[in-house]
Amino acid sequence: MSAVEKMTPAEARLARVTLPEGMGPARRAALDRLVAMGLPGRRDEYWRWTNPTDLIAPEPVPAAPFVDDEPALFGDVERLKIVFRDGVFDAEASDDLALSGVEISRLSEARDVNWASGLYGTLETAGQTPVERPFAALNTASAEDGVLIRVTGKVETPVNLIYIHESESSDAILHHVIKLEEGAEITVLENGPAGARANLVMEVDVAKSARFHHIRVQGRDHERRMLTGIFARISEGALFKSFTLSSNGALTRNECVLDIVGDDANAHVAGAALGDAKTRPFHHDDTIFITHGAERGESRQVFKKVLKNGAQGVFQGKILVKPGAQKTDGYQISQALLLDEDSQFLAKPELEIYADDVQCSHGSTTGAIDETALFYLRSRGIPTEEATALLVLSFLADAIEEIEQERFRDEIVTRLEGWLARHRS
Amino acid sequence: MLEIKNLHVKLEEEDKQILKGVNLTLEDGKVHAIMGPNGSGKSTLSYVLSGRDGYEVTQGEAHLNGLNLLEAEPEERAAAGLFLAFQYPVEIPGVGNMTFLRTALNSQRKARGEPEISAGDFLKLVREKAKSLKIDAEMLKRPVNVGFSGGEKKRNEILQMAILEPKMCILDETDSGLDVDAMRLVSDGVNALRDGTRSFLVITHYQRLLDHIKPDVVHIMADGRIIETGGPELALEVEKNGYAALLDKHGIAQEMA
Repeated sequence: MSAVEKMTPAEARLARVTLPEGMGPARRAALDRLVAMGLPGRRDEYWRWTNPTDLIAPEPVPAAPFVDDEPALFGDVERLKIVFRDGVFDAEASDDLALSGVEISRLSEARDVNWASGLYGTLETAGQTPVERPFAALNTASAEDGVLIRVTGKVETPVNLIYIHESESSDAILHHVIKLEEGAEITVLENGPAGARANLVMEVDVAKSARFHHIRVQGRDHERRMLTGIFARISEGALFKSFTLSSNGALTRNECVLDIVGDDANAHVAGAALGDAKTRPFHHDDTIFITHGAERGESRQVFKKVLKNGAQGVFQGKILVKPGAQKTDGYQISQALLLDEDSQFLAKPELEIYADDVQCSHGSTTGAIDETALFYLRSRGIPTEEATALLVLSFLADAIEEIEQERFRDEIVTRLEGWLARHRS
Repeated sequence: MLEIKNLHVKLEEEDKQILKGVNLTLEDGKVHAIMGPNGSGKSTLSYVLSGRDGYEVTQGEAHLNGLNLLEAEPEERAAAGLFLAFQYPVEIPGVGNMTFLRTALNSQRKARGEPEISAGDFLKLVREKAKSLKIDAEMLKRPVNVGFSGGEKKRNEILQMAILEPKMCILDETDSGLDVDAMRLVSDGVNALRDGTRSFLVITHYQRLLDHIKPDVVHIMADGRIIETGGPELALEVEKNGYAALLDKHGIAQEMA
């Protein structure tokens, strides 16, 4: 029996990690971190509700690509498209990586991008304390592709990262680094399933008074498995806003680690997830950690899940207020609408506060469709299914409201309506 | 025409009989009022007719222009021309009033095999109807009933009625929570819809609403039955003497709330 056969899946996965060139010692350091912490098991506190087995396995579980019949997302928006096909940059399908006020480079060709080599893996490393995030370290060590985006001005045109899944066995690992210089502003759009299995990390450094908007739609593939990690540092007077729409997907875990390091900064993260496990499993996990390390910071977490036919939702959200982070205003809400008795929502809201003059609130609810409201709509002639769809949109409204730009909000609502129309009873 | 025969209803969850044999015939174009003390079964009657869950019909029947109401879904009853103005209109955050109104109108049209209304025609229709009820554009844009005052909610109910153009309108305690001015606005809205063919069943605790919406027939309901039927003078009699004398006359013990 060879040594390889005796390995556990986690050991086999670690043994396969290769370190691409570039980004200096950051990759070696990431591998060292990864080896020290190991890959997670079900006993790890933050993996009790989401089974990491398929993320650990040396090979991805085969996943058939989904043929999307809806018009291309953000198709009417003037944007700069950067396309990745099964985790590999597709120059042909992408636009010219030239945009006023922005420097964009491919990770694989960016051995000498100085601003990024100092940042690559840095925010991910910071995000490993106090909760370990081994898959993000794995990503930093082994990601071969991704983009490095430096924003120096107020940029009107959004950058759109488009992830295409074509191969049944693709294992996409992408790492992006985004740096907004002082006073800069940009909107980053992300959409698509990325691969049969995907591990996507985005490090975002938002300098003083800069504004970062992020809108993500994770594709309609039913079988794909995806783990994402956003690691952001938010400086004085800066704004970070992220919204994610997830519909379908056998496994999704979206981690978001936000670090407010400057006074008067804002960090908003929101998500709407819709899952129907009638024909294929749906498991969706939002794991959020927001640290307030400066005064008068404001943070919001607004997460809504609509679950049916045995779909599973998880929310683990934490607000940590460090000593001295006075006048912090932290808000967190996680809610699930269960459309039947088979679906399940597990939530762990956490507050940890070491400053005495702060305002923090959190709430979590799980419920069914409001029968009184349903009757009200039906009494006006609206059939049950359509009335239910309206009430689902009503339930999701608070999360959608977190998207600042109306044009994107409308597009998200259209997608939601499409999902609801396809998943009637 | 609405015909209710010997209707007996109990609560689904508990063994409590609420309606104990209601008989009522409401002809086209007429306005009937149902008055009665609290707990007499007035609101239950409105809910059972419109199809709310939680009630079990143990006996009797109800038809609207030939449709067996008790076997139809709430949306089918609506499409057949039944409308209930709620005592407590429901707030629906995140759903615009306009979207709600248009979805309701088009659902009913579709159910009746009629073409959907165009966006332009709908807008014109809503503006015209809203104006007479002093409902401004801002209120139409807001989510359904969210942040509306009591009076605004009731006006919004009447607006829905005006747009959906039902044949049979049930007003459940529409006067509750309204001040004098709001009551006049709402009543004017209802009166504007009296066209000689549309019928109304006005459920109220007090006579004052009937000063504005003049009924053809007044019923007094108590203990799950209609115990007296008469003209508008019956409402005045109740206003003057209260329900006590009538209840005594019919041997019904008063429940002291």
